[in-house]
Amino acid sequence: MSGPLGIVMLCHTALHRAEQVARFWLEAGCPVVIHLDRAVSDADMRAMRAALGAHPLVRFSPRHRCAWGSWQLVAATQDAAELLLRDFPQIGHVLLISGACLPLRPAAELQAHLAAHPQTDFIESVAIEHANWITGGLSEERFTLYFPFNWHKHRWAFDSFVELQRKLGMRREIPRPLRPHMGSQWWCLTRETLSAILKDPKRKRYERYFRQNWIPDESYFQTLARLHAHQIDSRSLTLVKFDRNGRPNLFYDDHLQLLRRSDCFLARKIWPEAGRLYDFFLSDELVKQPRLPAEPSKIDRYFELAEHQRREGRAGLYMQSRFPSHDSGAAKTAGPYSVFCGFDHLFQNFEHWVGQVTGTRAHGHLFGRERVQFHGGARVWHGAISDAAAIRDYNPRMFLTNLLWATRGERQCFAYGPEDAMDHEVNWFMATDANAEIHVIRGAWMLPIWRRGEVSDAVVAEVARLHKREQDWLEVLESRWVLAKCKVWTVAEIRAAPDACLAEAVRDSATPAALAAHGLAPLQGLDGLQEFLTALRNRGLSPQFFKDFNT
Amino acid sequence: MAWKRRRYRARAVLRARQLVCLRRGAWGRSAILLFCTLRNEIERIDWFLQHYRALGVGHFIFVDNGSTDGTRARLLAQSDCTVYGTDASYKAARFGMDWINWVMLRHARGHWCVVVDADELLIYPHWPDRPLPALTDWLERQGQQIMPAMMLELYPKGPLDSAPCFLGMNPLAALNWFDAGNYTIAHKPLLDCLLIQGGPRARQFFAETPNRAPTLTKLPLVKWSFHTAWVNSTHTILPRALNRSFATQGGEGISGALLHTKFLATVVEKSRIEKARAEHFGNAPVFDAYYDQLAQAPDLWCAQSTRYEGWAQLEALGLISRGGWG
Repeated sequence: MSGPLGIVMLCHTALHRAEQVARFWLEAGCPVVIHLDRAVSDADMRAMRAALGAHPLVRFSPRHRCAWGSWQLVAATQDAAELLLRDFPQIGHVLLISGACLPLRPAAELQAHLAAHPQTDFIESVAIEHANWITGGLSEERFTLYFPFNWHKHRWAFDSFVELQRKLGMRREIPRPLRPHMGSQWWCLTRETLSAILKDPKRKRYERYFRQNWIPDESYFQTLARLHAHQIDSRSLTLVKFDRNGRPNLFYDDHLQLLRRSDCFLARKIWPEAGRLYDFFLSDELVKQPRLPAEPSKIDRYFELAEHQRREGRAGLYMQSRFPSHDSGAAKTAGPYSVFCGFDHLFQNFEHWVGQVTGTRAHGHLFGRERVQFHGGARVWHGAISDAAAIRDYNPRMFLTNLLWATRGERQCFAYGPEDAMDHEVNWFMATDANAEIHVIRGAWMLPIWRRGEVSDAVVAEVARLHKREQDWLEVLESRWVLAKCKVWTVAEIRAAPDACLAEAVRDSATPAALAAHGLAPLQGLDGLQEFLTALRNRGLSPQFFKDFNT
Repeated sequence: MAWKRRRYRARAVLRARQLVCLRRGAWGRSAILLFCTLRNEIERIDWFLQHYRALGVGHFIFVDNGSTDGTRARLLAQSDCTVYGTDASYKAARFGMDWINWVMLRHARGHWCVVVDADELLIYPHWPDRPLPALTDWLERQGQQIMPAMMLELYPKGPLDSAPCFLGMNPLAALNWFDAGNYTIAHKPLLDCLLIQGGPRARQFFAETPNRAPTLTKLPLVKWSFHTAWVNSTHTILPRALNRSFATQGGEGISGALLHTKFLATVVEKSRIEKARAEHFGNAPVFDAYYDQLAQAPDLWCAQSTRYEGWAQLEALGLISRGGWG
């Protein structure tokens, strides 16, 4: 005996899988009409007919060559549906599936669902003026322009002809009383609605019109159902996830748990080799296993995440398949970091203190000339980043981005200054990075030289060299391209109000509680600095070197 | 660049007479082929075949460069291997690339191909749930002809010769540590490719001369056409546009990793031999120190090494990416 549900199945490849699915429906007592694409070889066709043809509930419908988005897809569906309705008069609903669709729930459950809604047509049908989800551009124009060229094979002709029609203002008339609707190609209609569509007195007129449409398989039944249906549930029973090109994503073995949580009755498209999916959903395993609660948003989220990763990527990551160019607008680094320039020369035990108040492992001079001064003198840091200066200087920008990526989640604080292996590219990189916070005390680099306590021509030359570097660095920080948060003080300003300056420097990175607990770092003694500066001046350095020190 | 490509193809044709076909197998039109030049890899070859067969490679095409340890006999006994033999110089054949270019010119046209060394195991997002044909199908639908998979060097904890090494073993059982995030990447405009360096060898052996550290860029999965030619190992390819397998606008393309199993215990003995053969680097004497250090069985492990857990871990670390393949 037959159930109230009949299946129309459009197949063109992986016929062994289609055959498996057909058997699933036959075992549930559902008549199946199979349409084999004309491109299917005769041998394959004969094999499938031999395998299924003897079954009393199976019919094979007249074959069409169904190119993607062509009218032939609709014609094949019409022929198959007519055959099904003619040969099996007891059918209540007709379900349209493809050979790559897989039922996700027992057939009895779908039959029960349909029996509970005998008058309802399950067809996604969205009025064209509200369909904003279309990928691939055209929406209303699908119904009003002519499409004589194949979009896949003759893209250029297709696009130019669309453009030409737009320019000429060409417009086909939509036959009354049709109101264009679109939606998923896969539907489940009642016998009444489907018969009404197939026996519509104006069917020939509609067909002539839809033949000219683009992708009529997504609009013919969707539009006509609006004309004839009693009650439409505008949601397909078949789960399809489209990719950015408007093609269905394939489901693989590892999607099993996701598919079990779907609220749909079928899924498309299944990779033909996904044996675990076919084994699970076509066997009685499905009935035996406990039913999982439906969480369709999980599937959505899974594919959205993958698409987001393809489109946006992970901020601050530089790797073999993501290497954003400077002008891409992508975030340059993985997280916020603080650069302190000169603070360690003016404040006592600054590195330790800043680690305490920010609750991080603050580094010393990451760009130190001898080696990378990681926190606590570590030889190697997260991600196995080496402390060797040569490795760092080979690609200093990637040294920084690697460090920030490997430690993402923990703010990085480090000292930097003209006395380091300062790199012009890194200077620019940090200055134009919105994640950077740069605090500079101008002239502080002179303090360690002063503390060495000698004044010679070599020292004068060194001071002049470092001053030049500092000028370059400040020039970068003052350019109009800067996105980093920058603040520059002079040594004199710090001396005048050390606590206020220090508090401002860590305002965004330190917690008030930690600041209260640890207090502010005290200033180092600067007695005798003036004599050193005078000695330098007397050796011939220009007075502009000293203005940062004059209160 | 077009002339460079033709020159490489011509070189390949000229070197063809160095190769003798020892065993010829058959394969289908849509089979995924694997190309590999090797020498004395008996301890790895069984696992290598097993790994790639499970991935869905349809046929193997080997160029055996004078193996003396039984590798050749092992390969000749496999039903899905085609074997070419040669005793000519690996270095003179542009480190085997002339041979590979030739056998690929001859057999690979229109096929998706895996081109790897015997100590490289290809992994990619969603493996082994989705075998290679699923990946190549998807790549094809995305209009992509190539997939990058950087070399990820695995090492044991402890001196290199401390981990057990025996025939047919899973090398990942002995080698399960790697460097997670010390790779530097530079864009090379000439070929529009990325130069990736770093990893444990750069950290340990090339800390003073990081520019000499081995290149880790690899493009091991490619749909071959008549016009394609390898330039420098499988690091770079012509036509030039194929090298652009990375996204530059902030998104992520798909990528995998080649698990490099060089540092099995046998590397210690082999590096003595390789130093003497001087077949592996253009400027071989510069690398003597490197071989000397390797021969001392150093410990590549450091406090920040990461234990290998699988592709999902590598993706989370940002070493590989699914790039939209949900």
